Amino acid sequence: MTKKLMYGTHAIGEAAIQAGCTCYFGYPITPQNELPEYMSQRLPEVPGGVFIQAESELAAINMVLGASVAGARAMTSSSSPGISLKQEGISFLAGSELPAVIVNIMRGGPGLGNIAPAQSDYFQATRGGGHGDYRLVVFAPASVQEMADLTFHAFDVADEYRTPVMILGDGMLGQMMEPVVMPKPRKGKKAAEKDYILTGAKGRPARLVKSLILDTKDMEEHNWKLVRKFKRIEERETRWEGYMLDDAEMVVIAYGTAARIARGAINRLRREDSNLRVGMIRPITVSPFPVKAIRDAAQTIKDFFVFEMSTGQMVDDVRLALEGQGTIHFYGRPGGVVPSARELGRSIARRYYQAIRKRKQ
Amino acid sequence: MKKVYQRPRSLRDVPMHYCPGCGHSIIHRLIAELLDEMGLRDSAICVPPAGCAVLAYYYLDIDMVEAPHGRATAVATGIKRVRPDNLVFSYQGDGDLAAIGTAEALHTANRGENITVIFVNNAVYGMTGGQMAPTTLAGMKTTTTPAGRKPKSEGPPIRVCELLSGLANTVYLERTAVNSPANVIKTKKAIRKAFSVQQKKAGFSLVEILSPCPTNWRMDTVASCTWIDEVMAREFPLGVIKEVPC
Repeated sequence: MTKKLMYGTHAIGEAAIQAGCTCYFGYPITPQNELPEYMSQRLPEVPGGVFIQAESELAAINMVLGASVAGARAMTSSSSPGISLKQEGISFLAGSELPAVIVNIMRGGPGLGNIAPAQSDYFQATRGGGHGDYRLVVFAPASVQEMADLTFHAFDVADEYRTPVMILGDGMLGQMMEPVVMPKPRKGKKAAEKDYILTGAKGRPARLVKSLILDTKDMEEHNWKLVRKFKRIEERETRWEGYMLDDAEMVVIAYGTAARIARGAINRLRREDSNLRVGMIRPITVSPFPVKAIRDAAQTIKDFFVFEMSTGQMVDDVRLALEGQGTIHFYGRPGGVVPSARELGRSIARRYYQAIRKRKQ
Repeated sequence: MKKVYQRPRSLRDVPMHYCPGCGHSIIHRLIAELLDEMGLRDSAICVPPAGCAVLAYYYLDIDMVEAPHGRATAVATGIKRVRPDNLVFSYQGDGDLAAIGTAEALHTANRGENITVIFVNNAVYGMTGGQMAPTTLAGMKTTTTPAGRKPKSEGPPIRVCELLSGLANTVYLERTAVNSPANVIKTKKAIRKAFSVQQKKAGFSLVEILSPCPTNWRMDTVASCTWIDEVMAREFPLGVIKEVPC
């Protein structure tokens, strides 16, 4: 296991290739251009490797659909405005139950916004984004290592459940370098046979992959089927990380880059003030959301401090998870502003002591 | 007794939903006959459009995947790059290919993707009820051009074959019609040629087929066929628009 210093975007690209991804389709947009650039160099070295710089985000996501229905592991990536354009295709992938991996290296928004790291697309990522009644599986890495690990894993999840999966990162994670141990495919592990892909109807009945279901009863059943699938994903694939929860009086909830800053803030606070007992729950899947972890924590902990690089989107999911229990404190920095651990720490400490005073009254 | 006519193997034995006089059913049959005759049924993968012909997947007995409106050539690109030895073709209407899917069609042709596009031009949006299409003729009344299409403000009809003929990587572009027995035979010949271009891995081929839509043209079926000859084919000249020897 050798460690290699890699950019976040490159780690995603290499992990995808290690996972058996042979097709990448994309369109230039900052701050994720290093990923298509990496794939344009790397995929020609892979047997059957296909790289196309598409004419648009719409074309790119639909090339993914085509490659996926033809049986290949396929990926596209973009950043916020480009992901908006891909939503039609993502909805078709979900409706047609086709696997795909979509990477969103988020930036500030709405509109053209800016190119600085932000967590502005949480709602879009976790609430379907595209039209129709479906859910997306969304992984939120918080390090370059995790970008590699979760991308590698995302292809398995996509294939197992026949669903599009999103990697939700931001410009910070995409453009920083960290040492990475690249995940490798297990030797002898064979990919499961896909019985729905289009190969030409030789010696079997013709296959049809579609999302148009004109009969309302059939459409309703298809919608419920997708719900049952997501329930299975929720039970088996939900991931989160706990940090210093054992003695915690307050829990910070943050994901991705925000969780890294929060970790730094917690370390600093605990070092400086032994009375300040703060821990963290870091969702690794933001969809499905780690509801149970938060509900369990709420049995002993009353104060939840949500930190996001947005005006407050995940905080809604925390509220839903808590079902009225405990108190939620929110600190948000939208627009591409990345606060320091010291800044965040000050906010956490202030709310912490306010909460304790309130409890004593 | 010798059997001289039968349902092609590649065509399912089901009633079609198309209106009387519609050209889609003829074109479906031609494709099915060719898939049988050329031995391509087992390798064919078709991407039907959004529009009337979306239900082509109930009629053609081959592998099919539905694409979002206008994206058929992008989907076909993805399939063909993964499966270069399969016959991959999209089946698209004028709104699908020349309005919402113009960028995809143009760039797929420009990359010279080795696919075939069956482009059905009936000068209106059929499924949605006869609105103006990019190929609607000047002065033609539709449900969104009640006073007739005005080229000055709504643009003249787009000639897709001529538009694509300027791209270096397009190999075979022909415009035909299905309004008479002679033209149906020519259409079949053109599709055969397009499929064989793809078999030779020569590059992008497209057959544009002028097809009657009596319902939305507010004409009877005979008048629709006459109108193709007398009006439509003047705007969209029939014949081979581009052929690169291969």
